[in-house]
Amino acid sequence: MAEVKLKGTWPSPFSYRVIWALKLKDIPYEYIEEDLSNKSPMLLQYNPVHKMIPVLVHGGKPIFESAVILQYIEEVWPQNPLLPNDPYERAVARVDPHFSRTSPLDRWRLFRTTAGEEQEKAKKESLEMLRALEEHGLGDKKFFGGDKIGIADIAFGGVAHWLEVIEDLVGVKLIEAHIFPRLHAWTKNFKRVPIIKENLPDYSEMLLYLKREGITF
Amino acid sequence: MAEEVKLFGTWASPFSRRIEVALKLKGVQFEYIEENLSNKSPALLKYNPVHKKIPVLVHNGKPVAESLVILEYIDETWKHNPILPTDPYEKAMARFWAKYMDDKLWPAATKVVVSKGEEQKAVIEEIQEQLKTLESELKEKKFFGGESLGFVDIAANIIVFLLVAQEALGLMEILTEEKFPVLHEWYQRLVDDAVFKECVPPRERHLGFFKARFGSSTASK
Repeated sequence: MAEVKLKGTWPSPFSYRVIWALKLKDIPYEYIEEDLSNKSPMLLQYNPVHKMIPVLVHGGKPIFESAVILQYIEEVWPQNPLLPNDPYERAVARVDPHFSRTSPLDRWRLFRTTAGEEQEKAKKESLEMLRALEEHGLGDKKFFGGDKIGIADIAFGGVAHWLEVIEDLVGVKLIEAHIFPRLHAWTKNFKRVPIIKENLPDYSEMLLYLKREGITF
Repeated sequence: MAEEVKLFGTWASPFSRRIEVALKLKGVQFEYIEENLSNKSPALLKYNPVHKKIPVLVHNGKPVAESLVILEYIDETWKHNPILPTDPYEKAMARFWAKYMDDKLWPAATKVVVSKGEEQKAVIEEIQEQLKTLESELKEKKFFGGESLGFVDIAANIIVFLLVAQEALGLMEILTEEKFPVLHEWYQRLVDDAVFKECVPPRERHLGFFKARFGSSTASK
């Protein structure tokens, strides 16, 4: 079998998305931690366009962008599927990862660096997005993928864990149980899935790291 | 049961025009509904309650949103004349470059029409860097999709909009034959393609649109 390598950085949620997919499908891989402040020649060789991580390298061929990587993994290793078979259901699942690009995770920078009106606007946009997910994304399902986690849960998983740390850091609570009961329950359920539970960055380490570095993902 | 396909779009949006290309390439009959974005129809709000955006494809009553997601749905539902490659790696590359159009080229294109002077020059340079990148990806292929139009070529329709805006606003030529010999030729093939050319906004109206919205006597040459 061709070799699989993953170049990522701790504690980026985009790297973790790929780790979760690889582990859920039991795909052996070599993980290479990339130091973003000192990008290796290997990384530049593989991803000259964006110069970002994660990069999946399969049999020497690189694939970039976590959403693209997730779909590639799904197609090459169909066991423990992350996408449904039906084209319509697949289309619905694929829209959610797009959501995550403008997720509260992107907004946190605004929470941290602004105040007053700008911060209020960032908060309002995040809340609207969460409302849409609560009502239209999850509906009555336990996970976005149904009874088991799927590609949308993985893509949105960053919100489950990272958002909690960020909420602590900036003192802005977004996913409150009484306002978003389904999403709140989803964050708990998601983190209870064994593969996810075993593969989450340590909470306090992340808090310290974000406090110190203030890096956006 | 008869197949019912509706497309909600606007005449000047590259995103809804992409869907027209895909549907026509596959010979799918559809009803097109022109939306007025400042007065969205109840139907659009019903089919895309979350983002309230076009394009939305409604297939037998079920709505699909986000242009690239819709393109994949179309390819998976009507399998003849495929627009995505079958090889997973080639498919991943196609998805990456299509996203590149939306994540890099589109924001730069929207910036170029509203910026002026030095800032505008800088954005144009940025766009030309992106076009250089695209040219090295195209290499010797006829289209990004190979012998015929594919996913990336369809997503690249943003370039049409960019160049019409360039002309309308009297900007310096962006996609010159001199700087981009390969990409320039590809572009000619793209806009000459029988299906693609049916799915671009009518030229005069499109020029007028950019002039009215972004034109100003202080635009740089």
